[in-house]
Amino acid sequence: MSLLVLDQVHYAYPARHTLFGGRTEIRAVAGVSLALERGRTLGLVGESGCGKSTAGRLALGLIEPDAGSVAFGGEAMPAPGTAAWRALRARVQLVFQDPLGALDRRLAIGRQIAEPMVIHHLGTSDERAQRVAQLLRAVGLSPDLEARYPHQLSGGQRQRAVLARALATRPDLLVCDEPVSALDVSIQAQVVNLLADLQEEFGLTILFISHDLRLVRLFAHDVAVMYLGQIVEQGEPTAMFAAPAHPYSQALLAAVPNPQRRGPRTLLAGEPPDPAARPTGCAFHPRCPISVAQCRSEAPALRRRADGRLVACHLAHADAAPC
Amino acid sequence: MVKPPSPDPTLAAATALIELAGLRVAFDGTPALHGIDLSVGRGEALGMVGESGSGKSVTWLAALGLLPHRARVNGSVRLDGQELIGAAPDALAAIRGGRIGLIFRDPVSALNPVHRVGAQIGEAVSRHRGFNGAAARAEARRLLDQVGLPDSSRRLDAYPHELSGGQNQRVMIAMALAGEPDLLIADEPTTALDTTIQAQILDLLDGLRRETGMALVLISHDLSVVGEVCERITVMYAGRIVEDARTAELLGAAAHPYTKGLLAAVPPLEGPRRRLAAIPGNVAQAGDLPPGCAFAPRCADAVEACAAQVPRFEEVAPLHRAACWRLAGAAP
Repeated sequence: MSLLVLDQVHYAYPARHTLFGGRTEIRAVAGVSLALERGRTLGLVGESGCGKSTAGRLALGLIEPDAGSVAFGGEAMPAPGTAAWRALRARVQLVFQDPLGALDRRLAIGRQIAEPMVIHHLGTSDERAQRVAQLLRAVGLSPDLEARYPHQLSGGQRQRAVLARALATRPDLLVCDEPVSALDVSIQAQVVNLLADLQEEFGLTILFISHDLRLVRLFAHDVAVMYLGQIVEQGEPTAMFAAPAHPYSQALLAAVPNPQRRGPRTLLAGEPPDPAARPTGCAFHPRCPISVAQCRSEAPALRRRADGRLVACHLAHADAAPC
Repeated sequence: MVKPPSPDPTLAAATALIELAGLRVAFDGTPALHGIDLSVGRGEALGMVGESGSGKSVTWLAALGLLPHRARVNGSVRLDGQELIGAAPDALAAIRGGRIGLIFRDPVSALNPVHRVGAQIGEAVSRHRGFNGAAARAEARRLLDQVGLPDSSRRLDAYPHELSGGQNQRVMIAMALAGEPDLLIADEPTTALDTTIQAQILDLLDGLRRETGMALVLISHDLSVVGEVCERITVMYAGRIVEDARTAELLGAAAHPYTKGLLAAVPPLEGPRRRLAAIPGNVAQAGDLPPGCAFAPRCADAVEACAAQVPRFEEVAPLHRAACWRLAGAAP
């Protein structure tokens, strides 16, 4: 059974007032279904504004979907603020991009790692102290760093401390939102390897939200590409990156800097789209190099191909009328 | 073994546009740059790569007199023979935005939010080229066309907040081109942008360089980014240059263990799922460097000599230099 299931979830950010008092809404997530399998990593990729972080907040239960449902461990996600929801907080944890912003500058590292255990009434004070030392070792930090303050650590050490704190309550699910984007290249690899080790050791399920396709390809077991609040393609990363089916996945991959690329690259024209002004039909059609008339009028469904890959494109399924 | 003849050094010197020699910077007594020797040829595209604090940005900020007063700068920076270190503020101001254009990571904070972009580009045009009024506006429009901003006549009247991040970066590039520079220094110009927009901006910079013949210094933490656009790459670590080579050679036959580590840490786009190759340890901190090679504490190949003395920056192949005792053959 999947640990977490999002079933056709929708989420729009509260209305924005336009010049003449009209209201528009920003449909950040527009019908997303995802299943996270235990002990596995799902990579969620896409450009800024595609709704990947909002999907992460829905997965954490921090916000409630406008439509559709979220289930954790086979049960419906409790409403934010309820006692059941607070109890669930220990089982799902979030890791952000900026470790310095996620840590309290005035509190020693050890106290911050112990804090979730205090909040969830886990263990005695002695047991918590032991667990802090154990967690620091698990993330590759020396236990005597517990007395240090965040500014006394390097960026990589801080992100390790954030991971130690996230693991304090023995969570089942870790939602990592760009967890290594703020780190130096040589340190990124360390932290991603650490995540892989921790996953194996503790059987963690990870939702890995990132714009870095290279990283996602090596780290995730399954990858979903989002565009304007919807999944346009999903499948096993090695196969998908070798032969992306959706024109947007193809464009994203072509944009990855690659000095070894042979031949000229195909540039995606235009800007990342505005979620407040969603195009008709397939949301990608204004930037799509191969769109046909049907793409402008009819939104393609996310359907499974024979090889198991999910793709939402009329042309990839070869069911579009020739133009 | 007979070494192949090294290229004539006087030839390189004759075509150098800008030459940095022994450039040192210290902040409040803590050294941040330990003597940089670097030259950029006319029309050359040079990539500068390194981690945060490696000194890749400080090098160029120091060269252009843009560091705060508490920074102590020593050494020499010559632009076509003209010394910039210690030059009068007016002379430096004329060079910045004139012969040397600059663009930064975050275009929105570099632009003035209360002025229309056309006026801002126009100001740069009139300051460095003496155009005024309608002529300046026409030139601003031409520049926006040149940087590929669609609908340029309407965009002239837009404010920065009305444009996207990629469009603002195009505006910044247009401003940098206003002085018809011989050198454009682009410091992490695409780091804040989405990958598809990054690809557009890199493509634009590459095209502009070929079109105008200006030299380009592209500063980035991302080897793949500079590898796409630059002809030559300089790798910095802890305030020193550790390797410098033509792009293909650096990517294909890196000599310094740090460069090799950086290359290995880039996740490949092909092949099976596997663990990443990480460089162990932490990035060196400016105030806390070992007496020898700054990379030695993280280096798998380090020998005793590495901890004792800073390695010399020497030729390891034609047009390829590196600072590593293991390559120098004889350690001290």
